[in-house]
Amino acid sequence: MGIVERTLSSRPSTDTLVVGFVAVVGTVLLFDLLARFAAIEIPLFWGMTFGGRTTFVGFAGLLWSGIVVGLIFGLAGIGLSMTYSILNFANFSHGDLLTTGAFTGWGAALLVAGWGLADAGYLLTVRAGSGPGPTEIGASVVSAPVAVLIGALVAALLTIAAALVIDRTVYKPMRDRGGIPLLIASIGVALILRYVIQFVYGSRNRGVTSTEGVRRDVLGVSINLHDLSLVIVAVALMLAMHLLLQRTKLGKAMRAMADNKDLALVTGIPTERVVQATWILGAGLAGVSGYLYVLERGTAEFNIGWFLLLFIFAAVILGGIGSIYGAIAGGLVIGLVHEVSLIWLPSDFNAAAAFAIMILVLLYRPEGIFAGVSTA
Amino acid sequence: MTDGSGSEPQGGEQSPGAEPPGDGSVRAVFDDMFGRIERSDVLIVATAMVAVYTLFTIFVLLRLGITTGTPNAIASAWRELTFLFAAYAMLALALNLHWGYTGLFNIGVAGFMAVGVYTMALLSTPADAISGQGLGLPLPIGVIGGMIAAALVGLVAAVPALRVRADYFAIVTLGLSEIIRLTLNSRTLSEWTLERFGFATGGGSGIDLPDRPTDALFDTAVGEALIELFVVEIGGEEVTLVAASVLRRFTWAVVMLAITVGFYWLLRRIGFSPFGRVLKSIREDELVAQSLGKDTRIFKIKVFMLGCALMGLAGILWQGSQGFVSPDSFRPIVTFYVFVAVIIGGSGSNTGSVIGALFFVSLLFLAPRRVGGIVDARLDLLDAPGTFAGAVDPLITVFNAEPMLAYAIDNISALQFILLGVVLILIVQYRPDGVMGHRTETAAAADLDRPNRGESDE
Repeated sequence: MGIVERTLSSRPSTDTLVVGFVAVVGTVLLFDLLARFAAIEIPLFWGMTFGGRTTFVGFAGLLWSGIVVGLIFGLAGIGLSMTYSILNFANFSHGDLLTTGAFTGWGAALLVAGWGLADAGYLLTVRAGSGPGPTEIGASVVSAPVAVLIGALVAALLTIAAALVIDRTVYKPMRDRGGIPLLIASIGVALILRYVIQFVYGSRNRGVTSTEGVRRDVLGVSINLHDLSLVIVAVALMLAMHLLLQRTKLGKAMRAMADNKDLALVTGIPTERVVQATWILGAGLAGVSGYLYVLERGTAEFNIGWFLLLFIFAAVILGGIGSIYGAIAGGLVIGLVHEVSLIWLPSDFNAAAAFAIMILVLLYRPEGIFAGVSTA
Repeated sequence: MTDGSGSEPQGGEQSPGAEPPGDGSVRAVFDDMFGRIERSDVLIVATAMVAVYTLFTIFVLLRLGITTGTPNAIASAWRELTFLFAAYAMLALALNLHWGYTGLFNIGVAGFMAVGVYTMALLSTPADAISGQGLGLPLPIGVIGGMIAAALVGLVAAVPALRVRADYFAIVTLGLSEIIRLTLNSRTLSEWTLERFGFATGGGSGIDLPDRPTDALFDTAVGEALIELFVVEIGGEEVTLVAASVLRRFTWAVVMLAITVGFYWLLRRIGFSPFGRVLKSIREDELVAQSLGKDTRIFKIKVFMLGCALMGLAGILWQGSQGFVSPDSFRPIVTFYVFVAVIIGGSGSNTGSVIGALFFVSLLFLAPRRVGGIVDARLDLLDAPGTFAGAVDPLITVFNAEPMLAYAIDNISALQFILLGVVLILIVQYRPDGVMGHRTETAAAADLDRPNRGESDE
């Protein structure tokens, strides 16, 4: 099977063709962007133009929001990439782990921030029903930093707990069953998680965070402190993951398992424990990234994670499945594509553009665009 | 099998069993169509259908009791059941061709349906429709065009995608179906095509569709006679037992059921043809098929296009028959529904796909809401609390479960999805072959059973 696949897939001619195509498109877009900065507009056919008008500040704003969402995709992608390489299946419930973290975490954060303002049930269910508004509760990094921090911890812990329970009941009995049965089971898990969340928290899209005083001028640049804290936390967690995988014995064991399961087993690596550690790390990061995503956008709905899932997959695939650095880089690329493509595409096509890139990478470079060194 | 005739190489013609040849030509035609193994399958499907339709009759009776409105409610429930059963059976059969026969894990079913429905709409919707504009061509052109478009999109997807791993293929098809949905959802694109070419998808607000062909029947004398048939006199008063609107839609559901039989017949023919045998060998071991000189890529591309065309047709008959469609009807959840149907039935078995669709639609999709309605109507519960917290509070403070029950009934749609997830996991864990998947469908056209073993479907 392997030989046949290789002869079918590694045809250098298509590869060079694709690389050439990407290079041409990239160059055209770059010149177009430069023309836009210079406010040059040359009409082409069908009402399309070369160049146009884009201010540099507008472009910088798109870059910044691209980095912010890209870090969310990357942080969530680390967990997806780890479960994909160590447990060997595409986990379709990963997005709903993000939602789990978002709702449990913000329930706790609102409870702390709004203690005494409303009854505990209202706060714990993230403002289901009627009660004081988000500004009154005041959950923001400015007015209630401790609450936001506690919320992040709760998000991580409860998502880990959920993932461990799910692994024990669903995935463990079918550990050796191959990718597709596990994938199908994970679709079942995704449905259960999403609709348990809907049952408990309701289906309303509700405001969660307070945005009062969150936008500050830092060194002359107006910055949203929520975005800034997202970036800081995400980068710190990514660094921590890097150190964990490179410097600890657990990290070494995980890398060994991702590389060759049977070899890891005969070397005496306790594979079940490594699997548990994978879930703990992956779900913890997923929970926190769901929580941070709500911090950034300010609202929460029961299907936010599901909508993010394909983007996270895109990030992981782009970076090469199994590499956490690839997932981070892929997340940033997808985030930037999602935002910066708005210069050329109407806003109802930017998600499609991100998915199209994912498909093209899967088809023509399934090992990811940063492949070469698979570190973790 | 008592006469052992199955060992003859040309086993397709003669009537099997104790039945002498030429005894009943209907029987012979029937056997030719479905084959002898499948006769027991027809019985299984028929039994399951009778059971399910009876169950839904009981649901209506429990809900309403016996009133003059009951016949209409029963007809309406049967209509809904038939309509969705036929739709999901067709989709499950098409998916079974991809996944069960050839092992192509396609989770973009909704996207291919959308291509079929929207192409049909763009070709056949009149140009003066309220939402979305088409070219106003005759309906058959639209339907055939929709199938061809779905097959072509399948071709575009299959040519590069078939060389990647099964799980990558899954992600590619899901991504494609989302791209299709987002494209159809685009207001910008809709305005642009309207300006340039004079047709438009209508973006998020959807597109109007041509009338169902069966509706024309109700403008004729036959249709009026049919409507009259259900108007009776009870105690000197004219009572309409089944409303004309229900009859119209029921007629279409019956047509869909007939087309489902056609789907089944087609896929059965394919399964037992030399082409189908190659497909099964690809599923079992692609390398062997290649070693025997079959160009498996061509086979996979062909079967993928055929399955996509059938998905497009199923989409047209289902979503395309309701006067209006919007991109929201093609969310990935629809694909998962079809998967649940195939998995329940057991991938690889056509009869299983039909049974799976029946069980999915009746027990998992429609029954929870019906049961919720009965509980709601019969138990005379309190008003449901608006939130989960409001339902938990009485439960833990005064051990009163009634608000929780009322809340659960109120949010039965969420519970239904949870049930669906649980069923999916349980089947994959404990019954990976589904209800009917444990039966081995032999690749050979001739019967390989030893004589005197009896006709068993186990």
